[in-house]
Amino acid sequence: MSAVSGIEVPKLEWRSVAKRFARAPVLDGLDLAVAPGRSLVLIGGSGQGKSVTLKIALGLMQPDAGQVLLDGVNVTALSENERRPLFSRIGMLFQGAALFDSLTIWENVAFRLVHSDGIPRREARERAIAAMHLVRLSPDVAQLYPGEMSGGMQKRVGLARAIVGQPDILFFDEPTTGLDPITAAAIDELIVDKVRSLGCTAVSITHDLASARTIADEVAMLYQGRIVWRGPVRELDTTENPYVRQFVGGSSQGPIDANV
Amino acid sequence: MAAAVGRVAHFAGRGLHAAVTPRWFPQQILRQLGAIGFLSLPVVGMTAWFTGAALALNIYSSGDRFNAEQVMAQIVALGITRELGPVLAALMLAGRVAAAIASEIGAMRATEQIDAMVTLSTDPFRYLIAPRLIAAIIALPLLTLVADIIGVAGGWQVAIHMLGTSPQIYIANTADFLTAWDVESGLIKAAVFGFIVGLMGCYHGMTAVGGARGVGRATTQAVVSSAILILAADYLLTSLFTRL
Repeated sequence: MSAVSGIEVPKLEWRSVAKRFARAPVLDGLDLAVAPGRSLVLIGGSGQGKSVTLKIALGLMQPDAGQVLLDGVNVTALSENERRPLFSRIGMLFQGAALFDSLTIWENVAFRLVHSDGIPRREARERAIAAMHLVRLSPDVAQLYPGEMSGGMQKRVGLARAIVGQPDILFFDEPTTGLDPITAAAIDELIVDKVRSLGCTAVSITHDLASARTIADEVAMLYQGRIVWRGPVRELDTTENPYVRQFVGGSSQGPIDANV
Repeated sequence: MAAAVGRVAHFAGRGLHAAVTPRWFPQQILRQLGAIGFLSLPVVGMTAWFTGAALALNIYSSGDRFNAEQVMAQIVALGITRELGPVLAALMLAGRVAAAIASEIGAMRATEQIDAMVTLSTDPFRYLIAPRLIAAIIALPLLTLVADIIGVAGGWQVAIHMLGTSPQIYIANTADFLTAWDVESGLIKAAVFGFIVGLMGCYHGMTAVGGARGVGRATTQAVVSSAILILAADYLLTSLFTRL
């Protein structure tokens, strides 16, 4: 089994990444790579380091060892100021949407355009409403505040904010957690649609296997800080890998420690 | 302890650097000036009036032991402008503003809004921290100026209505006695106290961990540390000014 399956020039690569918290290893030499234009879903139990993997790639957390390469550039060696321009190529949908409470919906969506790209507010508002249209949000909600919307609508706003800058990499952190099945399916469809139409590379983490089956080209499973399986999404239900079998089957019996 | 001082110093350095170098967010600075300055006017004004009035009463009732009632106007003016105006305004801001800043930024940290800001290519030190530091450093001297005027007015009102002092004589005594430095030294103190209030609110908010409980703890720490640092800085600045 290889963690990097047949990729010549990865869009994004974690190379021997290690991270410990209070002396407990969370990532233990993680090797993982994503090819341009592919959608990779990282699955695994709680506390296995999925969010840490994403945060290290985003520069929100520094690894203790190893590198993260974006288009072959080691971004872990860059300072915050050097790394900031790279974020203009990245969109991120957070688990709780992470919308700014004090800003209206359109101001949330246009945040990058106004505050980073220096686009005038009028033009930014038009682009924000266009992005909201892409995620099937009515312009009528543009003046609302996040606290006035449902969780599903907030996720849509978060998705609009992630795609408004035409990124070439999208990250999704538990995109369907806490949503009802119908809203979750709608969010998954939007993710697939936007990733394909924008030609993005996508990296998602989720516990939701139905979501993974919808949005993934490939799936990787993280256990005890390492990738224990990686393969095309169609093999998720047929692989003999004991970790994947136990996780997909939701069994307490197997190599994964089920102690809670 | 040394590590904590180092972390605060590093945070203060980053915040000051963001405050004095572009890029600035003027809309955020104006919003914070409103929240920190304008909305604090009632509490600072009432504190100053009651303090000035109580000070006048104390000087009158106890001052006869050493004939101090003759210089009531001068003592009230000196006490308010040099010491009580800046210190009490700052302590009121520590309670009202440092707590609000710490809880707002702490809640943003807990709900990943600050991480989101970073992924949107915006430096939280420029968008969140610098506007609050700038606003606090500007607002507290202005509030102190208001507190000086209202505090002296509180003493004046007690003196003329309760103690029968001539209003003209009270004002003349105040104006003749006060020097520009009395007011200026209080305003310099206020600017330093404003920085402390902004810094403690922002630092404890940004470093809050542990969800709602962590935000609560950060809010308490912001208020307590602001108050202690204000009083310590007051002593150091007063020592420095008396040697000038």
